[in-house]
Amino acid sequence: MIPELGHFALVLALLLAAAQAATTLAGAQLGERRGALLIAAGPPTAIGGAAFVGLSFGCLMWSYAVSDFSVANVVRNSHSLKPMLYKLTGTWGNHEGSMVLWILILGLCSAAVAGFGTNLPATLRARVLGVLGLVSVGFLLFTILTSNPFERVWPIPEDGTDLNPLLQDPGLAFHPPFLYLGYVGTAVAFAFACAALIEGRVDAAWGRWVRPWTLAAWCALTLGIALGSWWAYYELGWGGFWFWDPVENASLMPWLLATALLHSAIVVEKREALKVWTILLAILTFSLSLLGTFLVRSGVLNSVHAFANDPDRGVFILILLALTVGGSLTLFAWRAPAMVPQGVFAPLSREGALVLNNLLLATLCAVVFVGTLYPLFADLILGAKITVGPPFFNATTFPLFIPLMVAMAVGPLLPWKRADLWAALARLRLAFAVVAVFAVVYIAAVDRALLPLAGFAVALWVVLAAATDLADRIKLGAVPLGDSWRRLRGLPRGAIGGIIAHAAVGICVAGIAGKGIAPERITLLKPGETTTIAAYTIRFEGTSPVTGPNWTGTEGRLVVIRDGREIGALAPQRRFYPVARMSTTEAAIRTSGVADLYGVIGESTEDGATVVRLHFNPLAPWIWVGAVLMALGGVVSLSDRRLRVGVPARRRAAVPVAAE
Amino acid sequence: MSRKKRRLWILLLCGLGLGTATALTLTAFEDSLVFFFSPSDLAARSIPPDRPFRVGGLVEVGSITRSTNAEGRMETAFVVTDGARSLRVTYTGILPDLFREGQGVVAEGRLRPDGSFAASSVLARHDETYMPPEVADALRRAGHWQAGQPPPPPALWNTLAAPATN
Repeated sequence: MIPELGHFALVLALLLAAAQAATTLAGAQLGERRGALLIAAGPPTAIGGAAFVGLSFGCLMWSYAVSDFSVANVVRNSHSLKPMLYKLTGTWGNHEGSMVLWILILGLCSAAVAGFGTNLPATLRARVLGVLGLVSVGFLLFTILTSNPFERVWPIPEDGTDLNPLLQDPGLAFHPPFLYLGYVGTAVAFAFACAALIEGRVDAAWGRWVRPWTLAAWCALTLGIALGSWWAYYELGWGGFWFWDPVENASLMPWLLATALLHSAIVVEKREALKVWTILLAILTFSLSLLGTFLVRSGVLNSVHAFANDPDRGVFILILLALTVGGSLTLFAWRAPAMVPQGVFAPLSREGALVLNNLLLATLCAVVFVGTLYPLFADLILGAKITVGPPFFNATTFPLFIPLMVAMAVGPLLPWKRADLWAALARLRLAFAVVAVFAVVYIAAVDRALLPLAGFAVALWVVLAAATDLADRIKLGAVPLGDSWRRLRGLPRGAIGGIIAHAAVGICVAGIAGKGIAPERITLLKPGETTTIAAYTIRFEGTSPVTGPNWTGTEGRLVVIRDGREIGALAPQRRFYPVARMSTTEAAIRTSGVADLYGVIGESTEDGATVVRLHFNPLAPWIWVGAVLMALGGVVSLSDRRLRVGVPARRRAAVPVAAE
Repeated sequence: MSRKKRRLWILLLCGLGLGTATALTLTAFEDSLVFFFSPSDLAARSIPPDRPFRVGGLVEVGSITRSTNAEGRMETAFVVTDGARSLRVTYTGILPDLFREGQGVVAEGRLRPDGSFAASSVLARHDETYMPPEVADALRRAGHWQAGQPPPPPALWNTLAAPATN
């Protein structure tokens, strides 16, 4: 009964979404006065739709929680012995359930626009809701027609076939919700862009509404990607954190464009320039989010993430993609020429720096796009099976990434409209001197490989520049400390968030560069034998059997010795999940906050020796600390008064807000 | 600065960005594209020994041997077959969890002068029912697997002869 209720709620949500799109778009077309009744129907349908999707999602989760094996989806992805946490997270650990989650988040976003967007002009809000309704209709149709999660099976099997064991992990349990929150958040920016195109008007106020949505989506996407790569790091057991796998790239591309959008929306908000470009970015960002969904869900690209391969679904999403991208770009081509740019600025200015940021990020995104999709085209057109691997991406992204980092440090120090580059650089002379000293010491004392050095240097440069920016703003040292403190508290949250996020990028890059100098050792060890890595000696003490709730496995014991003293032990495991008939590797990681000691065991030979792989990853934890700090910067920035919902209506803001 | 001049600047920058991206992509394509060949493809053409590529097929039953090589590292050797031809592959390191006999596998590496393949990485997929598309394609071309059917049982395909038709 519960599954039928869920299915029914999903169909009702489809009808409501269709009603939401039809009434709001028609109402907005009639105008604020004549279409008032139709416009007024928008918010209740949006909130009602979200409630029904929520009900449907709840029903699916219920089926998982009570292990209702009459539901095909539960049979395929759950098992009665699985821990409760993974039963619940299993709801979205599969194709059908994750689509319901996608739609639920979209519904919640629509409801948020409906509920909190009361200070938006009526027609703009109606159009935003209309576009969101159309997107919901597309995805609801897709789910109901090709991937119904509530399908029943007969006869009812005794037990399920278990969730893919690699997904039974806390890191991955929460990776999809964050990622989807990010993807769907870009749908709101997209809806705002389409609404603005239909309205034919973009002003500073529009920028101020789009920015929080983009920022929130960006934070979620950052956390989602970070969780995914952290999971890959500790669960897949190969010691790396990023594989340039098509599915990883599919999440990176919207992130790169969302980052660009975030920055260009500032220009729209503060200076009323770059409007057309910002709208195009919003459309492209959402298109890439859809493309990401398409790549993951259709299985057209050969990837370690290939979980669901179903050509029907692929064709459906492809049609959805073509309609969305084609429709919005046509709208763009038709309406964009009507947008008149207003803010004028010199190439050397804050705006100019943000243009450079956008240019580099968009170029980065373009090369990742080419590398990700080229194998697909080569297969379709040339008939050649080709892989584009990490060497390609490393060779193309690093040369773009380093100038991005160098410029990113200088940009925030430039004033709006017209800037003096030398004045900004003069403020950074201390940072520059420190980086130069660091580089010399590093070459002399540590390593001569160019790429890690460049990584560490730009990371330091970015962090120091962010610190310089902060110190200048609060006049640290120039005025008494108490005054500085007062200035710090008076700084707009947006500025503080920006400084945190920029510094966080530096921290993250330092971690990534650390992987460039990380030593690795793969060796065959018998119990009692030792090996060394970095400054550590590792003694292998053999393996012993272990069992978990739904797996059995072996655990190796590696004693870590430093300077002749035992300082700890690593206990990597190999687990076997009998129901899914799969084995997984559990890496053992001993972290000091500035470096990770990483151990994995492989199979054993007949004479009792076991393959042991060890990595010493300096600064590796910083990758994820940096990513979390980036998201934190975004959240701090979100809490800025300027963006907070319910600020006394400044909505008729025809004059651009004064620069900070 | 006039609007026209600014637009010129932006266009110039965009052109520069696009040019850099194209140049980077093309040079990187030149030396980092990795092609996929099946063992039959390899028999039919010659590949320069310094060029990395991918090879894929099923791991032949009973072909896995482990030994310690000259540097004291564990080396695994196995035979990858598409049913028509096979290739000996050696690999040093930890094999993926799902690596086993009869499993579809893709290995990346280079040819050795003796005709065997030195793999630098071995990819087996996360799901045991999953067959890498290249491997499925290679098996199909060798006439051992019709589309829409499950792969032939591993115990069989050492003895499978290529069907006369196809």
